[in-house]
Amino acid sequence: MDVVFDNLDLFLRGMRTTVLLTVLSYAAAFVIGIVVAAFRVSPVPPLRAAGALYVGTVRNTPLAVLLVLFFFALPDVGITYSSFVSAIIVLSAYTGAFIAETVRSGINAVSRGQGEAARALGLTFPQVLRIVVLPQALRTVVGPLGSIFSALIRNSALAALISVRELADTAEQLITDFAQPIPIFLGAAVGYLALTLPTGFVLSRIEHRLAIKR
Amino acid sequence: MASIFAAVVIALLLGVAVNRLADRGQLSSAKWRPLTQWSVAKFLLGGLLNTAKAAGTAMVVAVVVGGLAALARLARNRPQRWVATAYVEFFRGMPLYLLVLFCWLGLPQLGLRLDTFWYLVLALAVYNSAVLAEIFRAGILSLDKGQGEAASALGLGYWQVMGLVIVPQAVRRMVPSIISQLVTLLKDTSLGVLIFYEELLRRARITAEFYQNPIQAYVLVALIYIAINATLSRVATRLESRQRRRYRAGGIHVAGVEDLAVTTAAAGAQMGGGGPS
Repeated sequence: MDVVFDNLDLFLRGMRTTVLLTVLSYAAAFVIGIVVAAFRVSPVPPLRAAGALYVGTVRNTPLAVLLVLFFFALPDVGITYSSFVSAIIVLSAYTGAFIAETVRSGINAVSRGQGEAARALGLTFPQVLRIVVLPQALRTVVGPLGSIFSALIRNSALAALISVRELADTAEQLITDFAQPIPIFLGAAVGYLALTLPTGFVLSRIEHRLAIKR
Repeated sequence: MASIFAAVVIALLLGVAVNRLADRGQLSSAKWRPLTQWSVAKFLLGGLLNTAKAAGTAMVVAVVVGGLAALARLARNRPQRWVATAYVEFFRGMPLYLLVLFCWLGLPQLGLRLDTFWYLVLALAVYNSAVLAEIFRAGILSLDKGQGEAASALGLGYWQVMGLVIVPQAVRRMVPSIISQLVTLLKDTSLGVLIFYEELLRRARITAEFYQNPIQAYVLVALIYIAINATLSRVATRLESRQRRRYRAGGIHVAGVEDLAVTTAAAGAQMGGGGPS
């Protein structure tokens, strides 16, 4: 176990990067998800089609393929970002598609009369969505949105594929350097559980408080 | 009016993208032609076959182990329950990347030397068995309590109640979630790239390095995945809506899995009343 305690600072730095990746990507993914969900329920057919295409493409492609494509292939067309920024862009784009689908199903759960009444009051479509429908929709899908957050903590490990030094990549490096897989693996596992278990607890509290049961 | 404006903006954006690709010579036949050669296509198809093999083997193992873990978690026997709960909670909370890494770098140092195929399958199977165990458990718990009670009252033991009465009914409700988990597993098989297992992504990478056409090779891989996964997802959605009509049974809620989060959110939303808890 010494190898873990001797390198505790590396583990903690890796964990910090994992947290940063997760939080920043989720924030961006949330914005993407709301916009794409709005596209998908909008009265404008081209926007609906664009939203559906985005979700269908991104959700069905492996995250590893998206990461590799973005980081190793897009420089060929002059799109170059650091590995950390690339990881955040790809994780947000990927997670955004899942959030969009979840939010959309939340929107569908809000009864039609709500939107119609708001329209009758003279609100425009964006106003109806922002003021009346979305606040209710989001509350019905608090649980699934939390699931997506904890999945993102684990998915952020794939950033190691493009050598972002987060927790999994730190473990990989230490295993290669010290050849003691079991303690290092357990150290990283504890690191991840220290992130996922409390998050799960907090999320279920939030869900309990906010969720609308339908 | 808004439609026309939106269509023009989207067309402009696409135009910019295509223009950029063309400018950098990414649409030239030199970049795409290699992918149409039979030797290359055969190489990539072989990769797809390896992906399917790993995913299929892992799925079978995961269903068996996950099923046993779910039953053990619901059993009366406490130690059984604790062991199963610890197994499920531990592996469900791990990033798959870390498990693959451990199997690949860790097991050989512990004296367990296998093909890279088995390292990948082992990691996928362990992780997915934990997720499936949760799906199975949720499916079993979604049945009316009276079913199990009635069976016990008839004198059946725990394993008989499960095997004869509960599981056959629960399996039906779980099929959509299981298919959606299969899609996730199929996508996750691309982690084989990390350990040099020659699945689709690895072989695309080899092709891309040889012909200097990473964009084309990875786009092709993405398209193949999209075609397969979109089909599977459609099957899952169709089964799910058929079930809702027939049995009024909704989706199964399992926390922490994004694909299932989407499935359950959709199921809960379309059901109207009495959604999944």
